[in-house]
Amino acid sequence: MIISAVLRPVVRQVRKSRAVTVCALILLFVAAIAIAGSILSPHAYVDTNFDNRFLSPTFADAHLFGTDNLGRDLFARTMLGIKVTLLVAVIASVVSLVIGVLYGALAGYIGGKLDAVMMRAVDALYALPFIFFVILLMVVFEQSFMLIFIAIGAVNWLDMARIVRGQTMSLKQKEFVEAARVIGVPTRGIILRHITPNLLGVVVVYMTLTIPQAILLESFLSFLGLGVQEPQTSLGALVNDGVGHMEQAPWLLVVPATVLALILLCFNFLGDGLRDLSDPKRAVR
Amino acid sequence: MLRYALTRILGAIPTLLIVIAIAFLMVHAAPGGPFDSERVLPPDVEQNIARYYHLDESLPQQFVRYLSGLLRGDLGPSYSYRDYPVSRIIADAFPLSMWLGTLAMLLALVAGISAGLVAALKKNTLPDRLVTGAAMLGISVPVFVVAPISVLLFAVYLDWLPASWTGGDGWSRLVLPVVTLALPQIAVIARLTRASMIDVLASDYVRTARAQGLGTASIVRFHAVKPALRPLLSYLGPAIAGVLTGSVVIEEVFGINGVGSFFIQGALNRDYTLVLGITIFYAVIVIALNLAVDLLYGLLDPRVRTR
Amino acid sequence: MSLLAVENLSIRYPDADEAAVKSIGFTLTRGQSLGIVGETGSGKTQTAMALMGLTPDNATVNGSIRVDGTELRGAPQHVLNAFRARRMAMVFQDPMAALNPYVRIGKQLSRILLEHDLCDSGEARVRTLEMLARVGLPDPERQFRAWPHQLSGGMRQRVMIGAALLGEPDLLIADEPTTALDVTVQAQILALLRRLRRDSDTALLLITHDLGVIAGSCERVLVMDRGEVVEEGDVGRVFREPAHARTRALLDAAPRPDAAARAAPIAADAENVLDVDSLTVSFAERRANARQRLTALRSLTVTVSRGETLAIVGESGSGKTSLARAIVGLLPPDAGRIVITGNAETRLVQHRRAATHRALQLVFQDPLSSLNPAMTVDEIVAEPLRVHAPDLDAGQRMKRRDAMLERVGLDRALGNRYPHELSGGQAQRVAIARALILEPRILICDEATAALDGTVQQSILDLLMAEQRRSGLAIVFITHDLAVVRQISHRVLVMYMGRAVELAANDALFSYPRHPYTKALLDAVPGLEPGSEQQEPEIFGEASSPLAPPPGCAFHPRCKHAVAVCSNELPGTRKLDSDLVACHRAAELDLRK
Repeated sequence: MIISAVLRPVVRQVRKSRAVTVCALILLFVAAIAIAGSILSPHAYVDTNFDNRFLSPTFADAHLFGTDNLGRDLFARTMLGIKVTLLVAVIASVVSLVIGVLYGALAGYIGGKLDAVMMRAVDALYALPFIFFVILLMVVFEQSFMLIFIAIGAVNWLDMARIVRGQTMSLKQKEFVEAARVIGVPTRGIILRHITPNLLGVVVVYMTLTIPQAILLESFLSFLGLGVQEPQTSLGALVNDGVGHMEQAPWLLVVPATVLALILLCFNFLGDGLRDLSDPKRAVR
Repeated sequence: MLRYALTRILGAIPTLLIVIAIAFLMVHAAPGGPFDSERVLPPDVEQNIARYYHLDESLPQQFVRYLSGLLRGDLGPSYSYRDYPVSRIIADAFPLSMWLGTLAMLLALVAGISAGLVAALKKNTLPDRLVTGAAMLGISVPVFVVAPISVLLFAVYLDWLPASWTGGDGWSRLVLPVVTLALPQIAVIARLTRASMIDVLASDYVRTARAQGLGTASIVRFHAVKPALRPLLSYLGPAIAGVLTGSVVIEEVFGINGVGSFFIQGALNRDYTLVLGITIFYAVIVIALNLAVDLLYGLLDPRVRTR
Repeated sequence: MSLLAVENLSIRYPDADEAAVKSIGFTLTRGQSLGIVGETGSGKTQTAMALMGLTPDNATVNGSIRVDGTELRGAPQHVLNAFRARRMAMVFQDPMAALNPYVRIGKQLSRILLEHDLCDSGEARVRTLEMLARVGLPDPERQFRAWPHQLSGGMRQRVMIGAALLGEPDLLIADEPTTALDVTVQAQILALLRRLRRDSDTALLLITHDLGVIAGSCERVLVMDRGEVVEEGDVGRVFREPAHARTRALLDAAPRPDAAARAAPIAADAENVLDVDSLTVSFAERRANARQRLTALRSLTVTVSRGETLAIVGESGSGKTSLARAIVGLLPPDAGRIVITGNAETRLVQHRRAATHRALQLVFQDPLSSLNPAMTVDEIVAEPLRVHAPDLDAGQRMKRRDAMLERVGLDRALGNRYPHELSGGQAQRVAIARALILEPRILICDEATAALDGTVQQSILDLLMAEQRRSGLAIVFITHDLAVVRQISHRVLVMYMGRAVELAANDALFSYPRHPYTKALLDAVPGLEPGSEQQEPEIFGEASSPLAPPPGCAFHPRCKHAVAVCSNELPGTRKLDSDLVACHRAAELDLRK
């Protein structure tokens, strides 16, 4: 009920904004296709067929996106790539959400010295070329799905922590929270009824902005050969494969690259739009 | 102001130490030693190798050794490039990377700021929509997509520019790497500039200036540019980190022997000391540049400066 | 020919149901002064903006605005720019935001002269320095080099007036030029405007919600309501015999410090419900990367009895809000004691006993920010019951909640609205309902009506006084508005830089102020007597920084009665008749009118 109360204005606004609605629909469509992809295509993503190497996109034999250097169906592999990429991104965003919200809310609510130390740490981490640390991590440890989630989550929580902390700080000083304290509402009630519901909108909005960042990171790692490993694949890994054969079979590069760009574009539009809608001052523009 | 500068400088030192410690510990927390995956060696050879790389010492001892080496500019030997210390590899490869990165940053600043200013001044007109649309594309399409596709387009199909570093010479081989490296930063800078310029143009003091009969050119030059570009200053740190990250891809795609390509080779070869050395090297650069930006920020804000 | 002729001026915004300004017209001749008065949303500021050509792009402006016969409505930018500063200039409401924080004062001002090619840069410097001196800024050379943040609010508004007059305009438009300032500073700025106008024949268009400001500064007045001009005429005539009902309502709601006190008498044997004893409060303040300790309250002692309204007045920075926050336990005291209904409760609010939470409640200045945006009116008003009467069942709770809503004059239908769907007055009633539902003994109101329009303010004050008569509620009413003080209080505490300078009964204070600061405050309130040209203000400058209070009596740098002892020795509190006053010269001075 609290959630619906907070999201109601956002939802109402979303309906007004065409760009946001279109992006949300495209993303839903892409996700649905990817999930249904294995049913739509007669080929499995691992099936190799050396007679059909580098087939350009064709309706014949249902190779809609053509085939790669091992004769695998690119449509099936792209669908898998979308699924993996979205999955990694969503889970990694949840990881960063949990860390970021807990960290930010703690620093913001307790404040004082603890906050100063915690935020100094975030500032310090912000100043780092993070990808290098992630790659270091990937090099040192066995590459696994789990590690990718953790690595990406560990990078992306910083923004969330900053935003949640800022929001908590400003909420804590809001007069309605002070009014609740004067009434004698216990700390638990203040956090549950007064702070959390007002935090939720911001968190949801920023979550839509962390997802594309996570997608970008995952595909970056996979592109470098440090992320998802064969026979699994992701959009980044497919782009990497495509680069190797781009002169011979440009569709191997263009198809996954376009899909990846489209997904990122939609998420960024969605996140931007939601942020503007939830912040009336920005929305005026 | 002096106090401000001092606290900032002193604040950077623990950051640096913690960063080095984390990177160092990460490598040494690895399950198994760096040579586990190679062929089985006789015990005495293994011991010799361990002694050569000081793997027989305790972790704190190794850390202190590493730190003192660091102070002398020594990042230890590389595991995969025998006889090449890590610092030597970096010293050889960095000038090229720095050259690329600097050019890309300059391009990003010039193009991003101009595009952002034009968009803000022509808000809601065609030029504005073009800039915001292009910028959205720029932040959404990753470097590792733009780089190979532009090679395909400009080098393979159109044959205007060389496809790789070694395949061309002079300025022509610089164009594609520098532009693709700069593109995402151009996009972010343009968006930032536009947003903050619009904020400033809507501010009360710009309204005052308009009421005083100042023309648009005067308002922009005299009142708006300085405050509008301030948020950009705090983005410079992340921008530098972004360019360094992008250079890894760019050097890989264009076959440039810069620090980034050594980093990736090191990563794929599991060359711990090389990867660790480059990570720390880049962290130091980014922290130092951030510190410089911080001090500049203080210098440009009358409220901080006049204390 | 009139200097300014406005005909059929309409302003409309795309999303609005009604036009912001509906076909209004007026004229202004050279050297004349015209006031435009109205409440929030009356269209007065929109009109001023349209005159300067500063209406936002999405608005549609129709009609005609002619200055010296030239049509400016829809005129191209270069024509407007030629008129701005040279023919007409504007002073805005918030001097804090109107100056560019990144450009030195002198550069901002001389730029105007250079932009209009009025002189070369050397001459511009000379003329800017002259102007800074003319608007009463001490040490113009220093202000010329200063950054805006180094100037106080009053000084910045002087700079803005100087900037407006640099181009020697024929018409000066001032939009709420003193609203963001303290009343003592307001008096100085208004006096400055009057003096500057005496020296030249600049016409003045003064826009304000405050009838008192108009009475002392304008010859004619225009009353606006919901985009229309409802009355226009000579100030004296309009104030004495208002023709339109709306004008009468505004005049009735206008606070008059000379009105009769209205508070119900207090029972002779009323017990004390609140004792504050030698309270000292300080807190850390962050300013541009440096932390400093600011002492907001210095050894303050005051009591409030059952059924009494104690008003606390002072300029911003006097410590009155810190006192309120310390009493309710939102600020930790450094020293001193707070006793609430007989129990010592000096701790922070979360450590106080539940009985104290029930007995002491607070109403804030901004009603909207004091209500949780994610809760409905019903939930907000019932929350205290949830905490303090958990054994009530849902039906009983609903009944008490609905009864409370009715008591504060809110329609039941508003119960499931969210705060942003309420008007300012409705929101403040919700805040009052929440504060009163536990039947507290003491209610602290921190500028509770300051954000509201005059007529709404009056209805909230009536509500509070009715509650007091009903239940013997003690009210601590913090305000900067002496007219409100006169109307509702029994006793008044005057504060200056964290200390009590005078504590007196309502009548005594208004008829015979004992402290020069009280006298200055009283004199600074603009009266509603039109044409009663006020004398130069009693007081100089603005309060010193609370981070570095002056030695001796903190008020001495601004006091025209100050003698040597005032700057060395802190005055003790002495009793004069029923008054407590902290002034070395209280006994010898006669500050009656």
